[in-house]
Amino acid sequence: MANPVEQFQIEPLVPLHIGSVNVSFTNSALLMVISVALVTAFLTLSVRGRALVPGRWQSMAEVFYEFVANMIRDNVGSEGRKYFPFIFSLFMFVLFGNLLGLVPYSFTYTSHIIVNFGLAATVFIGVTIIGFSRHGTHYLRMFFPHGAPILTAPILIPIELISYLSRPFSLAVRLFANMTVGHIMLKVMGGFVVALGVLGVLPFAFLGAITVLEFGIALLQAYVFTILCCIYLNDAIHMH
Amino acid sequence: MTDESNHPNLEDLGARVQAARAREAVETGRDREHSGSASSAGMGLGFRIAIELVVNIIVGTGIGYLLDWWLGTRPWLMVVFVFLGGAAGVMSIYRVAKGLDDSIGLGQASRRGKSDQTDGP
Repeated sequence: MANPVEQFQIEPLVPLHIGSVNVSFTNSALLMVISVALVTAFLTLSVRGRALVPGRWQSMAEVFYEFVANMIRDNVGSEGRKYFPFIFSLFMFVLFGNLLGLVPYSFTYTSHIIVNFGLAATVFIGVTIIGFSRHGTHYLRMFFPHGAPILTAPILIPIELISYLSRPFSLAVRLFANMTVGHIMLKVMGGFVVALGVLGVLPFAFLGAITVLEFGIALLQAYVFTILCCIYLNDAIHMH
Repeated sequence: MTDESNHPNLEDLGARVQAARAREAVETGRDREHSGSASSAGMGLGFRIAIELVVNIIVGTGIGYLLDWWLGTRPWLMVVFVFLGGAAGVMSIYRVAKGLDDSIGLGQASRRGKSDQTDGP
């Protein structure tokens, strides 16, 4: 049976070293480039016609656009509109990463925690900067609820601070855990199909069901990642 | 073949197209609400709660470790921050379970959610 975690191995395709820093072009980087190229091609080619009555491809592009636009409108409000390009890019990048990972023999870059942490930390730092630039030092009031007795401050403030600082980690870990668990499960089930011979029909049927579930999880996790970013952005914009 | 006078005029057609579109919007909107299967949504919530607790404790421990390393008070701050991280984790879980995770401070969240501001925890 193949090693179920072997699929997460990063292999340098074009070895590159700048000084002592390893900046090789890896299979993860290749999938990221493919995903960005696919998203760009999908969105630009499908709306090229600019038809008033959209065709099939243009409808699909508009579905994604309206999905994210509604998400921002419902969770952030009209002030969130100027952050639409960033949030839409984030959503499409995570979504295509999750979906491309389900293609056989490809690689899931969202199953690497550092990729997700990079995305989450960008959002976290950006949101913190937005919060401080809009509210100044008043933003620090978040860490101490109104009306709580002042004596509880030494306990409450560290707790709120830890809870705030753990946001990018929990964003990153959630996506990483969902993707990794799903792919390991698929690999293990796939190993059973070969090992059990004729009886392998049973795990094969199960494998089909899990694959469908994995597609659902790929969509759901991209949605969850994006909506939590919207919620954090909403916090920074509307403190009250 | 077609009689010029009794084909439906454009306004009528436009009204019918709009009505059909509104109907379809309602249907697809409903479809979208019901499409997320209960099991995968429940699994998502379970994952969130588990991850929230673990991550909060790890971040708390990490902060304690770094403060210790900085201030030279080797084990003590880490011990304190493990417990603070646990408290933050439980608070986050409470917030996720109550659906109040749209705010940083628990006080603000519950005030926005229920508009009852009670005394501290």
